[in-house]
Amino acid sequence: MYAQMIKTARAGIKTRDEMSDLERDFQDKIDRDIKIEPRDWMPDDYRATLIRQIGQHAHSEVVGQLPEGNWITRAPTLERKAILLAKVQDEAGHGLYLYSAAETLGESRDELTRLLHEGKMKYSSIFNYPTLNWADMGAVGWLVDGAAIVNQVALQRTSYGPYARAMVRICKEESFHARQGYHAMMKMAFGTPEQKAMAQSALDRLWFPSIMMFGPSDAESTHSEQSMAWKIKVKSNDELRQQYIDQTVPQIEYLGLDLPDPSLKWNEETGHYDYGEPDWSEFFDVIKGNGPCNVDRLRNRVKAWEDGAWVRDGLMAHARKKAAAKVAAQ
Amino acid sequence: MTQVDQNALTQFLLRLGDNTLVLGHRVSEWCGHSPVLEEDIALANTALDLIGQTQLWLGLAAEVKGNDSSADKLAFLRDAWDFRNVLLVELPNGDFGQTLMRQFLFDAWQSIMLGRLIKSSDPRIAAIAEKVSKEVTYHVERSSGTVVGLGDGTDESHARMQVALDYLYPYVGEMFLSDDTDAAMVQAGIAPDPSSLRAEYDALVGKVMAEATLVIPDRAYTHKGGRTGYMHTEHLGHILTSMQWLQRTYPGAEW
Repeated sequence: MYAQMIKTARAGIKTRDEMSDLERDFQDKIDRDIKIEPRDWMPDDYRATLIRQIGQHAHSEVVGQLPEGNWITRAPTLERKAILLAKVQDEAGHGLYLYSAAETLGESRDELTRLLHEGKMKYSSIFNYPTLNWADMGAVGWLVDGAAIVNQVALQRTSYGPYARAMVRICKEESFHARQGYHAMMKMAFGTPEQKAMAQSALDRLWFPSIMMFGPSDAESTHSEQSMAWKIKVKSNDELRQQYIDQTVPQIEYLGLDLPDPSLKWNEETGHYDYGEPDWSEFFDVIKGNGPCNVDRLRNRVKAWEDGAWVRDGLMAHARKKAAAKVAAQ
Repeated sequence: MTQVDQNALTQFLLRLGDNTLVLGHRVSEWCGHSPVLEEDIALANTALDLIGQTQLWLGLAAEVKGNDSSADKLAFLRDAWDFRNVLLVELPNGDFGQTLMRQFLFDAWQSIMLGRLIKSSDPRIAAIAEKVSKEVTYHVERSSGTVVGLGDGTDESHARMQVALDYLYPYVGEMFLSDDTDAAMVQAGIAPDPSSLRAEYDALVGKVMAEATLVIPDRAYTHKGGRTGYMHTEHLGHILTSMQWLQRTYPGAEW
Protein backbone atom coordinates (compact mmCIF):
# COMPACT_ATOMS: atom_id res chain seq x y z
CA MET A 1 0.00 0.00 0.00
CA TYR A 2 1.59 3.16 -1.12
CA ALA A 3 -1.01 5.59 0.17
CA GLN A 4 -1.64 5.76 3.88
CA MET A 5 -3.16 8.17 6.38
CA ILE A 6 -4.91 10.05 3.60
CA LYS A 7 -6.90 12.85 5.13
CA THR A 8 -10.35 12.89 3.63
CA ALA A 9 -11.04 16.46 2.66
CA ARG A 10 -14.27 16.43 4.60
CA ALA A 11 -14.91 15.51 8.21
CA GLY A 12 -18.02 13.38 8.73
CA ILE A 13 -20.52 12.16 6.19
CA LYS A 14 -23.50 14.08 4.90
CA THR A 15 -26.89 12.46 5.21
CA ARG A 16 -29.03 12.20 2.05
CA ASP A 17 -31.11 15.11 3.25
CA GLU A 18 -28.07 17.31 3.62
CA MET A 19 -26.89 16.53 0.08
CA SER A 20 -27.64 18.71 -2.95
CA ASP A 21 -29.25 17.07 -6.00
CA LEU A 22 -25.86 16.77 -7.68
CA GLU A 23 -24.37 15.16 -4.61
CA ARG A 24 -27.26 12.70 -4.35
CA ASP A 25 -26.89 11.67 -8.01
CA PHE A 26 -23.17 11.27 -7.46
CA GLN A 27 -23.64 9.10 -4.37
CA ASP A 28 -26.24 6.99 -6.22
CA LYS A 29 -23.77 6.28 -8.97
CA ILE A 30 -21.17 5.23 -6.43
CA ASP A 31 -23.66 3.02 -4.64
CA ARG A 32 -24.54 1.33 -7.93
CA ASP A 33 -20.80 0.76 -8.64
CA ILE A 34 -20.77 3.05 -11.65
CA LYS A 35 -17.27 4.45 -12.13
CA ILE A 36 -16.72 8.19 -11.89
CA GLU A 37 -14.92 9.52 -14.96
CA PRO A 38 -12.85 12.72 -15.33
CA ARG A 39 -15.59 14.79 -17.01
CA ASP A 40 -18.32 13.74 -14.58
CA TRP A 41 -19.42 16.11 -11.86
CA MET A 42 -17.86 15.28 -8.50
CA PRO A 43 -17.81 16.97 -5.08
CA ASP A 44 -14.75 19.15 -4.55
CA ASP A 45 -13.82 17.14 -1.47
CA TYR A 46 -13.94 13.89 -3.43
CA ARG A 47 -11.58 15.41 -6.00
CA ALA A 48 -9.24 16.78 -3.34
CA THR A 49 -9.13 13.47 -1.46
CA LEU A 50 -8.36 11.53 -4.62
CA ILE A 51 -5.60 13.93 -5.63
CA ARG A 52 -4.00 13.43 -2.22
CA GLN A 53 -4.27 9.67 -2.41
CA ILE A 54 -3.16 9.23 -6.03
CA GLY A 55 -0.40 11.81 -5.57
CA GLN A 56 0.95 10.08 -2.49
CA HIS A 57 0.79 6.77 -4.32
CA ALA A 58 2.72 8.23 -7.28
CA HIS A 59 5.34 9.78 -5.01
CA SER A 60 5.80 6.41 -3.31
CA GLU A 61 6.58 4.75 -6.63
CA VAL A 62 9.15 7.43 -7.44
CA VAL A 63 10.85 7.55 -4.04
CA GLY A 64 10.60 3.74 -3.97
CA GLN A 65 13.25 3.65 -6.68
CA LEU A 66 15.87 4.72 -4.15
CA PRO A 67 16.04 1.83 -1.66
CA GLU A 68 16.23 -0.66 -4.50
CA GLY A 69 18.46 1.48 -6.65
CA ASN A 70 20.84 1.28 -3.69
CA TRP A 71 21.64 -2.34 -4.68
CA ILE A 72 21.63 -2.31 -8.49
CA THR A 73 25.36 -1.73 -8.80
CA ARG A 74 26.03 -4.50 -6.26
CA ALA A 75 23.61 -7.14 -7.55
CA PRO A 76 25.44 -10.48 -7.34
CA THR A 77 24.66 -11.93 -10.79
CA LEU A 78 23.84 -10.51 -14.20
CA GLU A 79 20.37 -12.01 -14.01
CA ARG A 80 19.64 -10.48 -10.59
CA LYS A 81 20.92 -7.13 -11.84
CA ALA A 82 18.61 -7.33 -14.87
CA ILE A 83 15.61 -8.31 -12.72
CA LEU A 84 16.23 -5.44 -10.33
CA LEU A 85 16.65 -2.92 -13.14
CA ALA A 86 13.42 -4.09 -14.73
CA LYS A 87 11.60 -3.77 -11.42
CA VAL A 88 12.82 -0.27 -10.73
CA GLN A 89 11.94 0.71 -14.27
CA ASP A 90 8.41 -0.63 -13.75
CA GLU A 91 8.08 1.43 -10.59
CA ALA A 92 9.03 4.63 -12.34
CA GLY A 93 6.45 3.66 -14.97
CA HIS A 94 3.80 3.24 -12.26
CA GLY A 95 4.66 6.72 -11.03
CA LEU A 96 4.01 8.00 -14.54
CA TYR A 97 0.56 6.36 -14.88
CA LEU A 98 -0.45 7.62 -11.44
CA TYR A 99 0.62 11.20 -12.11
CA SER A 100 -1.39 10.95 -15.32
CA ALA A 101 -4.41 9.75 -13.33
CA ALA A 102 -3.96 12.77 -11.02
CA GLU A 103 -3.76 15.04 -14.07
CA THR A 104 -7.25 13.88 -15.11
CA LEU A 105 -8.40 15.52 -11.86
CA GLY A 106 -6.75 18.80 -12.81
CA GLU A 107 -3.53 18.55 -10.79
CA SER A 108 -0.24 18.70 -12.69
CA ARG A 109 2.74 16.48 -12.05
CA ASP A 110 4.96 19.53 -11.52
CA GLU A 111 2.65 20.84 -8.80
CA LEU A 112 2.52 17.48 -7.02
CA THR A 113 6.31 17.25 -7.25
CA ARG A 114 6.65 20.71 -5.75
CA LEU A 115 4.41 19.73 -2.83
CA LEU A 116 6.48 16.59 -2.24
CA HIS A 117 9.73 18.52 -2.30
CA GLU A 118 8.39 21.12 0.12
CA GLY A 119 7.37 18.36 2.51
CA LYS A 120 3.66 19.13 2.03
CA MET A 121 2.90 15.73 0.56
CA LYS A 122 4.11 12.35 1.73
CA TYR A 123 5.08 9.00 0.31
CA SER A 124 4.71 5.59 1.93
CA SER A 125 6.47 5.22 5.28
CA ILE A 126 8.09 1.97 4.12
CA PHE A 127 10.58 3.74 1.86
CA ASN A 128 12.10 5.51 4.83
CA TYR A 129 13.76 2.30 5.96
CA PRO A 130 17.24 1.40 4.72
CA THR A 131 18.12 -1.61 2.53
CA LEU A 132 21.13 -3.13 4.26
CA ASN A 133 21.91 -6.49 2.72
CA TRP A 134 21.15 -8.30 -0.53
CA ALA A 135 18.26 -10.25 1.02
CA ASP A 136 16.50 -6.91 1.46
CA MET A 137 16.00 -6.91 -2.32
CA GLY A 138 14.12 -10.18 -2.03
CA ALA A 139 12.24 -9.03 1.05
CA VAL A 140 11.18 -5.73 -0.51
CA GLY A 141 9.72 -7.54 -3.51
CA TRP A 142 8.07 -10.21 -1.40
CA LEU A 143 6.85 -8.20 1.62
CA VAL A 144 6.54 -4.63 0.39
CA ASP A 145 5.19 -5.33 -3.08
CA GLY A 146 3.15 -8.11 -1.47
CA ALA A 147 1.52 -5.64 0.93
CA ALA A 148 0.99 -3.17 -1.91
CA ILE A 149 -0.80 -5.84 -3.93
CA VAL A 150 -3.24 -6.67 -1.13
CA ASN A 151 -4.24 -3.02 -1.06
CA GLN A 152 -4.16 -2.44 -4.78
CA VAL A 153 -6.20 -5.50 -5.70
CA ALA A 154 -8.93 -3.94 -3.55
CA LEU A 155 -8.35 -0.57 -5.25
CA GLN A 156 -9.10 -2.09 -8.66
CA ARG A 157 -12.71 -1.61 -7.52
CA THR A 158 -12.20 1.99 -6.40
CA SER A 159 -14.83 4.44 -7.63
CA TYR A 160 -12.65 6.71 -9.78
CA GLY A 161 -12.26 5.10 -13.21
CA PRO A 162 -8.72 6.21 -14.19
CA TYR A 163 -7.34 5.19 -10.77
CA ALA A 164 -9.09 1.80 -10.85
CA ARG A 165 -7.76 1.10 -14.36
CA ALA A 166 -4.22 2.15 -13.41
CA MET A 167 -4.45 -0.34 -10.53
CA VAL A 168 -5.34 -3.21 -12.84
CA ARG A 169 -2.21 -2.66 -14.86
CA ILE A 170 0.00 -1.99 -11.85
CA CYS A 171 -1.21 -5.09 -10.00
CA LYS A 172 -0.09 -7.37 -12.83
CA GLU A 173 3.45 -6.01 -12.61
CA GLU A 174 3.50 -5.97 -8.81
CA SER A 175 2.48 -9.64 -8.67
CA PHE A 176 5.41 -10.46 -10.88
CA HIS A 177 7.72 -8.47 -8.59
CA ALA A 178 6.43 -10.24 -5.49
CA ARG A 179 7.07 -13.65 -7.05
CA GLN A 180 10.57 -12.64 -8.11
CA GLY A 181 11.21 -11.26 -4.63
CA TYR A 182 10.13 -14.50 -3.02
CA HIS A 183 12.32 -16.47 -5.40
CA ALA A 184 15.34 -14.34 -4.46
CA MET A 185 14.44 -14.87 -0.80
CA MET A 186 14.32 -18.66 -1.29
CA LYS A 187 17.84 -18.60 -2.71
CA MET A 188 18.98 -16.76 0.40
CA ALA A 189 17.01 -18.76 2.97
CA PHE A 190 18.11 -22.07 1.44
CA GLY A 191 21.67 -20.88 0.78
CA THR A 192 24.80 -20.69 2.93
CA PRO A 193 24.53 -19.88 6.67
CA GLU A 194 25.57 -16.30 5.91
CA GLN A 195 22.86 -15.98 3.28
CA LYS A 196 20.26 -17.40 5.62
CA ALA A 197 21.34 -14.88 8.27
CA MET A 198 20.88 -12.07 5.74
CA ALA A 199 17.39 -13.38 4.94
CA GLN A 200 16.46 -13.50 8.63
CA SER A 201 17.78 -10.00 9.21
CA ALA A 202 15.81 -8.65 6.26
CA LEU A 203 12.60 -10.28 7.50
CA ASP A 204 13.10 -9.09 11.07
CA ARG A 205 13.73 -5.51 10.02
CA LEU A 206 11.01 -5.23 7.36
CA TRP A 207 8.16 -7.19 8.94
CA PHE A 208 6.67 -4.51 11.18
CA PRO A 209 7.29 -1.68 8.70
CA SER A 210 5.47 -3.74 6.07
CA ILE A 211 2.41 -4.41 8.22
CA MET A 212 2.40 -0.72 9.19
CA MET A 213 2.02 0.10 5.48
CA PHE A 214 -1.74 -0.46 5.90
CA GLY A 215 -1.94 2.44 8.33
CA PRO A 216 -3.17 2.55 11.90
CA SER A 217 -6.09 0.52 13.14
CA ASP A 218 -9.48 1.68 11.83
CA ALA A 219 -10.55 2.47 15.36
CA GLU A 220 -7.97 5.26 15.32
CA SER A 221 -8.33 6.27 11.72
CA THR A 222 -10.52 9.33 11.55
CA HIS A 223 -10.68 9.66 7.80
CA SER A 224 -11.84 6.27 6.68
CA GLU A 225 -15.59 6.71 6.90
CA GLN A 226 -16.14 9.24 4.11
CA SER A 227 -13.52 7.57 1.90
CA MET A 228 -15.35 4.27 2.33
CA ALA A 229 -18.72 5.87 1.50
CA TRP A 230 -17.19 7.31 -1.66
CA LYS A 231 -15.54 3.98 -2.38
CA ILE A 232 -12.16 5.66 -2.70
CA LYS A 233 -11.24 3.15 -0.04
CA VAL A 234 -12.81 -0.26 -0.43
CA LYS A 235 -11.62 -2.26 2.56
CA SER A 236 -10.57 -1.21 6.03
CA ASN A 237 -6.94 -1.01 7.14
CA ASP A 238 -7.36 -3.87 9.59
CA GLU A 239 -9.10 -6.16 7.09
CA LEU A 240 -6.29 -5.63 4.59
CA ARG A 241 -3.57 -6.09 7.21
CA GLN A 242 -5.13 -9.36 8.42
CA GLN A 243 -5.41 -10.66 4.87
CA TYR A 244 -1.75 -9.85 4.27
CA ILE A 245 -0.59 -11.50 7.48
CA ASP A 246 -2.66 -14.62 6.80
CA GLN A 247 -1.12 -15.08 3.39
CA THR A 248 2.44 -14.22 4.42
CA VAL A 249 3.00 -16.31 7.56
CA PRO A 250 2.89 -19.68 5.72
CA GLN A 251 5.41 -18.25 3.24
CA ILE A 252 7.75 -17.41 6.11
CA GLU A 253 7.36 -20.95 7.45
CA TYR A 254 8.15 -22.43 4.03
CA LEU A 255 11.41 -20.48 3.99
CA GLY A 256 12.34 -22.04 7.33
CA LEU A 257 12.96 -18.62 8.88
CA ASP A 258 12.07 -17.69 12.45
CA LEU A 259 8.83 -15.72 12.77
CA PRO A 260 9.65 -12.02 13.17
CA ASP A 261 6.98 -11.55 15.85
CA PRO A 262 6.55 -14.04 18.74
CA SER A 263 2.83 -13.24 18.90
CA LEU A 264 2.16 -14.66 15.44
CA LYS A 265 -0.03 -17.70 16.10
CA TRP A 266 -2.82 -19.40 14.22
CA ASN A 267 -6.15 -18.84 15.94
CA GLU A 268 -8.58 -21.72 15.29
CA GLU A 269 -11.50 -19.71 16.54
CA THR A 270 -11.10 -16.68 14.29
CA GLY A 271 -9.58 -18.59 11.40
CA HIS A 272 -6.82 -15.97 11.24
CA TYR A 273 -3.35 -15.41 12.61
CA ASP A 274 -3.07 -13.40 15.79
CA TYR A 275 -0.27 -10.85 15.66
CA GLY A 276 1.50 -8.37 17.88
CA GLU A 277 0.79 -4.68 17.56
CA PRO A 278 3.50 -2.79 15.75
CA ASP A 279 5.10 0.11 17.55
CA TRP A 280 2.80 2.84 16.31
CA SER A 281 4.90 5.57 17.90
CA GLU A 282 7.62 4.55 15.45
CA PHE A 283 5.10 4.77 12.61
CA PHE A 284 4.08 8.30 13.59
CA ASP A 285 7.73 9.27 13.91
CA VAL A 286 8.39 8.07 10.38
CA ILE A 287 5.30 9.85 9.07
CA LYS A 288 6.49 13.05 10.75
CA GLY A 289 9.82 12.84 8.98
CA ASN A 290 11.91 11.18 11.65
CA GLY A 291 12.37 7.75 10.11
CA PRO A 292 15.87 6.41 9.47
CA CYS A 293 16.00 7.63 5.84
CA ASN A 294 13.41 10.41 5.51
CA VAL A 295 15.87 13.25 5.27
CA ASP A 296 18.22 11.53 2.84
CA ARG A 297 15.44 10.22 0.59
CA LEU A 298 13.88 13.63 0.18
CA ARG A 299 17.22 15.36 -0.21
CA ASN A 300 18.12 12.94 -2.97
CA ARG A 301 14.88 13.61 -4.81
CA VAL A 302 15.21 17.38 -4.43
CA LYS A 303 18.83 17.25 -5.58
CA ALA A 304 17.89 15.19 -8.65
CA TRP A 305 15.20 17.73 -9.49
CA GLU A 306 17.41 20.78 -8.96
CA ASP A 307 20.45 19.29 -10.72
CA GLY A 308 18.19 18.42 -13.63
CA ALA A 309 16.72 21.91 -14.07
CA TRP A 310 19.19 22.83 -16.81
CA VAL A 311 18.31 19.62 -18.69
CA ARG A 312 14.57 20.27 -18.58
CA ASP A 313 15.10 23.91 -19.55
CA GLY A 314 17.47 22.98 -22.36
CA LEU A 315 15.13 20.42 -23.88
CA MET A 316 12.16 22.81 -23.62
CA ALA A 317 14.14 25.60 -25.28
CA HIS A 318 15.09 23.26 -28.11
CA ALA A 319 11.49 22.13 -28.56
CA ARG A 320 10.38 25.78 -28.77
CA LYS A 321 13.07 26.56 -31.37
CA LYS A 322 11.98 23.61 -33.47
CA ALA A 323 8.33 24.56 -33.24
CA ALA A 324 9.15 28.15 -34.23
CA ALA A 325 11.24 26.96 -37.17
CA LYS A 326 8.36 24.77 -38.31
CA VAL A 327 5.93 27.68 -38.19
CA ALA A 328 8.39 29.89 -40.06
CA ALA A 329 8.75 27.28 -42.79
CA GLN A 330 4.99 27.06 -43.36
CA MET B 1 34.28 -20.78 -41.48
CA THR B 2 38.04 -20.37 -41.34
CA GLN B 3 39.62 -21.81 -38.19
CA VAL B 4 40.26 -19.00 -35.80
CA ASP B 5 42.46 -18.89 -32.76
CA GLN B 6 40.06 -19.49 -29.86
CA ASN B 7 42.01 -17.23 -27.51
CA ALA B 8 41.70 -14.38 -29.96
CA LEU B 9 37.99 -15.05 -30.37
CA THR B 10 37.55 -15.01 -26.59
CA GLN B 11 39.39 -11.68 -26.37
CA PHE B 12 37.22 -10.25 -29.09
CA LEU B 13 34.02 -11.34 -27.30
CA LEU B 14 35.28 -10.00 -23.97
CA ARG B 15 35.76 -6.62 -25.61
CA LEU B 16 32.13 -6.58 -26.71
CA GLY B 17 30.77 -7.91 -23.42
CA ASP B 18 32.92 -5.78 -21.14
CA ASN B 19 31.89 -2.62 -23.01
CA THR B 20 28.23 -3.32 -22.36
CA LEU B 21 28.80 -4.55 -18.80
CA VAL B 22 30.76 -1.52 -17.66
CA LEU B 23 28.55 0.99 -19.47
CA GLY B 24 25.44 -0.76 -18.12
CA HIS B 25 26.87 -0.41 -14.63
CA ARG B 26 27.56 3.28 -15.11
CA VAL B 27 24.11 4.02 -16.53
CA SER B 28 22.42 2.09 -13.70
CA GLU B 29 24.05 4.46 -11.20
CA TRP B 30 21.47 7.04 -12.31
CA CYS B 31 18.56 5.05 -10.99
CA GLY B 32 16.17 7.41 -9.18
CA HIS B 33 18.37 10.49 -9.63
CA SER B 34 17.66 11.69 -13.17
CA PRO B 35 16.24 15.09 -14.18
CA VAL B 36 12.73 13.86 -14.97
CA LEU B 37 10.74 10.66 -14.50
CA GLU B 38 10.81 9.77 -18.21
CA GLU B 39 14.61 9.82 -18.04
CA ASP B 40 14.64 7.55 -15.00
CA ILE B 41 12.66 5.07 -17.07
CA ALA B 42 14.80 5.51 -20.17
CA LEU B 43 18.09 5.18 -18.29
CA ALA B 44 16.96 2.06 -16.44
CA ASN B 45 15.79 0.67 -19.75
CA THR B 46 19.13 1.39 -21.43
CA ALA B 47 21.04 -0.17 -18.54
CA LEU B 48 18.78 -3.20 -18.70
CA ASP B 49 19.42 -3.61 -22.44
CA LEU B 50 23.16 -3.33 -21.88
CA ILE B 51 23.15 -5.94 -19.12
CA GLY B 52 21.07 -8.23 -21.36
CA GLN B 53 23.64 -7.79 -24.13
CA THR B 54 26.38 -8.57 -21.62
CA GLN B 55 24.72 -11.89 -20.83
CA LEU B 56 24.84 -12.77 -24.54
CA TRP B 57 28.39 -11.66 -25.29
CA LEU B 58 29.99 -12.93 -22.10
CA GLY B 59 27.88 -16.08 -22.32
CA LEU B 60 29.40 -16.79 -25.72
CA ALA B 61 32.86 -15.83 -24.49
CA ALA B 62 32.46 -18.39 -21.69
CA GLU B 63 31.32 -21.02 -24.18
CA VAL B 64 34.37 -20.43 -26.36
CA LYS B 65 36.66 -20.35 -23.37
CA GLY B 66 35.28 -23.68 -22.15
CA ASN B 67 36.08 -25.44 -18.89
CA ASP B 68 33.59 -24.23 -16.31
CA SER B 69 33.50 -20.60 -17.36
CA SER B 70 30.24 -18.66 -17.31
CA ALA B 71 29.06 -15.12 -18.02
CA ASP B 72 28.76 -14.49 -14.28
CA LYS B 73 32.25 -15.78 -13.54
CA LEU B 74 33.65 -13.52 -16.24
CA ALA B 75 31.75 -10.50 -14.95
CA PHE B 76 32.28 -10.98 -11.25
CA LEU B 77 35.56 -12.84 -10.82
CA ARG B 78 38.06 -11.19 -13.16
CA ASP B 79 40.27 -8.39 -11.91
CA ALA B 80 40.71 -5.04 -13.62
CA TRP B 81 43.65 -6.05 -15.83
CA ASP B 82 41.57 -8.78 -17.46
CA PHE B 83 38.82 -6.39 -18.50
CA ARG B 84 38.77 -5.47 -22.19
CA ASN B 85 36.32 -2.57 -22.39
CA VAL B 86 37.31 0.72 -24.01
CA LEU B 87 38.17 3.48 -21.54
CA LEU B 88 35.24 5.62 -22.70
CA VAL B 89 32.64 3.45 -20.96
CA GLU B 90 34.34 3.44 -17.56
CA LEU B 91 34.55 7.23 -17.30
CA PRO B 92 32.34 8.73 -14.55
CA ASN B 93 28.78 9.80 -15.27
CA GLY B 94 29.46 13.49 -14.56
CA ASP B 95 26.30 15.49 -15.14
CA PHE B 96 23.38 14.23 -17.19
CA GLY B 97 24.90 15.84 -20.29
CA GLN B 98 28.17 13.97 -19.92
CA THR B 99 26.30 10.69 -19.43
CA LEU B 100 24.20 11.18 -22.55
CA MET B 101 27.19 12.39 -24.60
CA ARG B 102 29.17 9.29 -23.58
CA GLN B 103 26.14 7.19 -24.46
CA PHE B 104 25.83 8.71 -27.91
CA LEU B 105 29.54 8.40 -28.70
CA PHE B 106 29.32 4.71 -27.76
CA ASP B 107 25.91 4.02 -29.33
CA ALA B 108 27.07 5.45 -32.64
CA TRP B 109 30.07 3.09 -32.71
CA GLN B 110 28.05 0.12 -31.49
CA SER B 111 25.30 0.56 -34.07
CA ILE B 112 27.83 0.59 -36.90
CA MET B 113 29.76 -2.36 -35.46
CA LEU B 114 26.62 -4.44 -35.05
CA GLY B 115 25.59 -3.71 -38.64
CA ARG B 116 28.82 -5.41 -39.72
CA LEU B 117 28.62 -8.25 -37.22
CA ILE B 118 25.23 -9.28 -38.59
CA LYS B 119 27.27 -10.54 -41.55
CA SER B 120 29.81 -12.36 -39.36
CA SER B 121 31.03 -15.75 -40.55
CA ASP B 122 30.35 -17.02 -37.02
CA PRO B 123 26.59 -17.67 -36.93
CA ARG B 124 26.46 -17.29 -33.13
CA ILE B 125 27.87 -13.77 -33.38
CA ALA B 126 25.64 -12.91 -36.32
CA ALA B 127 22.58 -14.05 -34.35
CA ILE B 128 23.44 -11.95 -31.30
CA ALA B 129 24.17 -8.91 -33.47
CA GLU B 130 20.84 -9.31 -35.24
CA LYS B 131 18.96 -9.53 -31.96
CA VAL B 132 20.77 -6.67 -30.26
CA SER B 133 20.87 -4.24 -33.18
CA LYS B 134 17.15 -3.48 -32.84
CA GLU B 135 17.55 -2.10 -29.34
CA VAL B 136 20.76 -0.31 -30.23
CA THR B 137 19.01 1.45 -33.13
CA TYR B 138 16.64 2.85 -30.54
CA HIS B 139 19.53 3.80 -28.21
CA VAL B 140 21.19 5.88 -30.96
CA GLU B 141 17.94 7.63 -31.77
CA ARG B 142 17.39 8.54 -28.15
CA SER B 143 20.94 9.58 -27.25
CA SER B 144 21.46 11.56 -30.47
CA GLY B 145 18.09 13.28 -29.94
CA THR B 146 19.06 14.29 -26.43
CA VAL B 147 22.51 15.49 -27.49
CA VAL B 148 20.88 17.65 -30.17
CA GLY B 149 18.21 18.92 -27.77
CA LEU B 150 20.69 19.92 -25.10
CA GLY B 151 23.39 21.18 -27.49
CA ASP B 152 20.84 23.38 -29.23
CA GLY B 153 18.91 24.26 -26.04
CA THR B 154 19.80 27.09 -23.67
CA ASP B 155 23.20 28.77 -23.33
CA GLU B 156 23.83 26.72 -20.21
CA SER B 157 22.89 23.38 -21.73
CA HIS B 158 24.95 24.20 -24.82
CA ALA B 159 27.99 25.06 -22.71
CA ARG B 160 27.67 21.92 -20.62
CA MET B 161 27.38 19.70 -23.69
CA GLN B 162 30.47 21.28 -25.24
CA VAL B 163 32.40 20.63 -22.02
CA ALA B 164 31.21 17.00 -22.10
CA LEU B 165 32.25 16.56 -25.73
CA ASP B 166 35.66 18.12 -25.11
CA TYR B 167 36.23 15.80 -22.14
CA LEU B 168 35.07 12.62 -23.84
CA TYR B 169 36.30 13.02 -27.37
CA PRO B 170 39.93 11.99 -26.69
CA TYR B 171 38.53 8.58 -25.69
CA VAL B 172 36.71 8.03 -28.99
CA GLY B 173 39.76 6.97 -31.00
CA GLU B 174 40.32 3.80 -28.99
CA MET B 175 37.22 2.22 -30.51
CA PHE B 176 38.93 2.29 -33.92
CA LEU B 177 42.36 0.91 -33.04
CA SER B 178 43.40 -2.48 -34.43
CA ASP B 179 45.72 -5.16 -33.12
CA ASP B 180 46.51 -8.86 -33.72
CA THR B 181 43.18 -9.93 -32.26
CA ASP B 182 41.34 -7.78 -34.76
CA ALA B 183 43.55 -9.05 -37.59
CA ALA B 184 42.61 -12.63 -36.66
CA MET B 185 38.89 -11.70 -36.68
CA VAL B 186 39.21 -10.01 -40.07
CA GLN B 187 41.02 -13.00 -41.51
CA ALA B 188 38.33 -15.40 -40.32
CA GLY B 189 35.54 -13.15 -41.58
CA ILE B 190 34.20 -12.80 -38.04
CA ALA B 191 34.43 -9.05 -37.62
CA PRO B 192 35.59 -5.98 -39.54
CA ASP B 193 38.80 -4.11 -38.91
CA PRO B 194 37.75 -1.43 -36.39
CA SER B 195 39.51 1.27 -38.39
CA SER B 196 37.17 0.53 -41.29
CA LEU B 197 34.23 1.87 -39.24
CA ARG B 198 35.73 5.30 -38.73
CA ALA B 199 34.48 7.09 -41.83
CA GLU B 200 30.90 6.08 -41.21
CA TYR B 201 31.24 7.03 -37.54
CA ASP B 202 32.68 10.43 -38.32
CA ALA B 203 29.85 11.10 -40.74
CA LEU B 204 27.18 10.18 -38.18
CA VAL B 205 28.79 12.00 -35.27
CA GLY B 206 29.57 15.01 -37.48
CA LYS B 207 25.94 15.28 -38.54
CA VAL B 208 24.59 15.05 -34.99
CA MET B 209 27.11 17.53 -33.57
CA ALA B 210 26.36 20.00 -36.36
CA GLU B 211 22.67 19.79 -35.51
CA ALA B 212 23.55 20.15 -31.83
CA THR B 213 25.66 23.25 -32.71
CA LEU B 214 28.64 21.63 -30.97
CA VAL B 215 32.23 21.70 -32.17
CA ILE B 216 34.17 18.44 -32.42
CA PRO B 217 37.66 18.95 -30.94
CA ASP B 218 40.71 18.35 -33.09
CA ARG B 219 41.58 14.69 -33.05
CA ALA B 220 45.06 15.27 -31.66
CA TYR B 221 45.32 12.61 -29.02
CA THR B 222 43.72 9.25 -28.23
CA HIS B 223 43.67 7.74 -24.77
CA LYS B 224 43.97 3.98 -25.01
CA GLY B 225 44.73 0.83 -23.06
CA GLY B 226 41.27 -0.44 -22.13
CA ARG B 227 40.53 -2.87 -24.95
CA THR B 228 44.01 -4.38 -24.70
CA GLY B 229 43.95 -4.37 -20.89
CA TYR B 230 47.31 -2.61 -20.85
CA MET B 231 46.16 0.39 -18.82
CA HIS B 232 42.64 1.15 -17.62
CA THR B 233 41.64 4.36 -15.86
CA GLU B 234 41.59 4.57 -12.06
CA HIS B 235 37.79 4.39 -12.23
CA LEU B 236 37.51 0.73 -13.22
CA GLY B 237 38.78 -0.57 -9.88
CA HIS B 238 36.07 1.32 -8.05
CA ILE B 239 33.39 0.00 -10.38
CA LEU B 240 34.55 -3.57 -9.74
CA THR B 241 34.76 -2.97 -6.00
CA SER B 242 31.01 -2.53 -5.83
CA MET B 243 30.03 -4.79 -8.72
CA GLN B 244 31.97 -7.81 -7.50
CA TRP B 245 31.65 -7.32 -3.77
CA LEU B 246 29.08 -10.02 -2.97
CA GLN B 247 30.62 -12.65 -5.24
CA ARG B 248 34.06 -11.98 -3.77
CA THR B 249 32.93 -11.87 -0.14
CA TYR B 250 30.82 -15.03 -0.28
CA PRO B 251 32.61 -17.32 -2.74
CA GLY B 252 30.59 -20.21 -4.11
CA ALA B 253 27.20 -18.94 -2.89
CA GLU B 254 24.25 -19.11 -5.26
CA TRP B 255 22.10 -16.04 -5.61
